[in-house]
Amino acid sequence: MFKKLHDDGAARVTVTIDGQAVQVPAGETVAAATLIHGLSPFRTSAVSGVPRAPFCMMGVCFDCLVEIDGTPNRQACQVRVAEGMAIRRQDGAGGSAP
Amino acid sequence: MTARHELAVIGAGPAGLAAATTATELGLEVAIFDDQPAPGGQIYRGVERTPLADPAVLGEDYRRGAGLAEAFRASGAAYHPSCGVWLLTPEREIGLLDNGQARFVTAGRVIIAGGAMERPVPFPGWTLPGVMTAGAGQILLKSVGMVPEKEVVLAGTGPLLLLLAAQYLRVGVRIAALLDMTPRSNALRALPQLPAALSAFGTLAKGLALKREIRRAGVRVVKGVTSLRALGEACLEAVVYEAGGREQRLDSELLLVHFGVIPDSNTTRSLGVRHLWDSRQLCWRPAVDAWGNTDVEGFAVVGDGAGIGGALAAEHAGRLAALEAARALGRIDVAERDERAAPARAAVVKELRVRPFLDALFQPAPELISRLDDDTVVCRCEEVTAGQVREAVGQGCTGPNQLKSFTRCGMGPCQGRQCGTTVSQLIGHTLGRPVEEIGAYRIRPPLKPINLTQLAALDSEEGEAA
Ligand code: FES
Repeated sequence: MFKKLHDDGAARVTVTIDGQAVQVPAGETVAAATLIHGLSPFRTSAVSGVPRAPFCMMGVCFDCLVEIDGTPNRQACQVRVAEGMAIRRQDGAGGSAP
Repeated sequence: MTARHELAVIGAGPAGLAAATTATELGLEVAIFDDQPAPGGQIYRGVERTPLADPAVLGEDYRRGAGLAEAFRASGAAYHPSCGVWLLTPEREIGLLDNGQARFVTAGRVIIAGGAMERPVPFPGWTLPGVMTAGAGQILLKSVGMVPEKEVVLAGTGPLLLLLAAQYLRVGVRIAALLDMTPRSNALRALPQLPAALSAFGTLAKGLALKREIRRAGVRVVKGVTSLRALGEACLEAVVYEAGGREQRLDSELLLVHFGVIPDSNTTRSLGVRHLWDSRQLCWRPAVDAWGNTDVEGFAVVGDGAGIGGALAAEHAGRLAALEAARALGRIDVAERDERAAPARAAVVKELRVRPFLDALFQPAPELISRLDDDTVVCRCEEVTAGQVREAVGQGCTGPNQLKSFTRCGMGPCQGRQCGTTVSQLIGHTLGRPVEEIGAYRIRPPLKPINLTQLAALDSEEGEAA
């Protein structure tokens, strides 16, 4: 859906997204890192289980919720990536997607 | 120990940065808290370190933020980045999530400069992955240099939509179409406001220049678009729109929408500040005086969070609130405050002169809310539809807070940020009563998610301090 205009030369950190190791620029948000790797949707909705992904990128819609290091419902657009971080897309109100 | 600050500023956008800088220069001890990792707010996001090779892409206005950030860094105000506010009490206790750690501070005065958010306007399919706001697109561009991979569809109304289109064109992004949803009648209604707006000729000229830039690039601009639908199963596949009574379809994987900006009022709501319905900007805003003071003692609200006025007005309003804080805290007297305030006051007046024109010109069509399809989801979190809201009203529900018990509307993680404005208007329209009589959601802390571990850490810390 998105691409980088150019390599910004920032230092990289390694995170896992659904168990798959990926290199992402340090300081980037989890949402940006996940979007650039084409991993959409981020979750399924709590009521009817339909796919969702970031809408606002500024912390007000809560559609970017993912599991980070075992804690569900973290706002991916508000959390920065860190070395070794485990990001999982989530199902419904919390808990990992299969 | 709970730290105590003379002045706390919440938010490091133009209003907050200017307020903190001015207050520090006036000799106040200032702490500024912001949930972003770097100063600038949304408007000047990433301004100290843009990832773009050519900073000219973002335009001249954006660079003004660099000067603000620099003056702020030099001022010596204590800066707390990545530090969000989850609790605010009338006693001026502030609950913070400081880099993930919960802690409390108290303050002698508080200036809230929380800024704006994009107006959420529901339409069929707006919850699909691949439908995002123009602001989201701009944040990705400013902060990480990310742009749409394929052709993007832009839709809605407002200056930000034009700005984003121009910025995208400058870096070679292909725009499938710009669907202009500005009602055709707006131009006529805005006309009487034009003479006053001409004093802000620069602002108007910039808008026209953006339009020219977009037209010259050969972007397909569709005027008079009256409705929008996003189609797809797992993600967006196509956008269907109506213009001149005809339906058209565009295949696309990314749709960015924008319907103007509104104050992000959950923080001021939670504090119990009185809010007014702004019938020009179609949104709630806190009631403030000429210095930003609210009806809650010791709290001021400045910038777009107090009503949309733009970045320049925000910056000057921040300075005014800082002067008022210095007066209230006994550093300067009324005469000195007024004298020092003159330039900022004049600048605010000048900046706001163009607003009535812009507000009328870009006001979203009221039908977008009043004629919402019954099947369209209004509350993204609890997946409540417009039809369910109308049904609840039919069963005797008279306001947003009652609606919560009828439908759970507004009770999800976003705490009504996405549906609040819509719901007040929709209930008002269904009952045929003015929005100000309908009221808005009561907001309770925590203002952002805080988990049990973070709260427990707070307890043990308090225990040790006691
Ligand atoms: S994308 Fe809206 S809260 Fe994260």
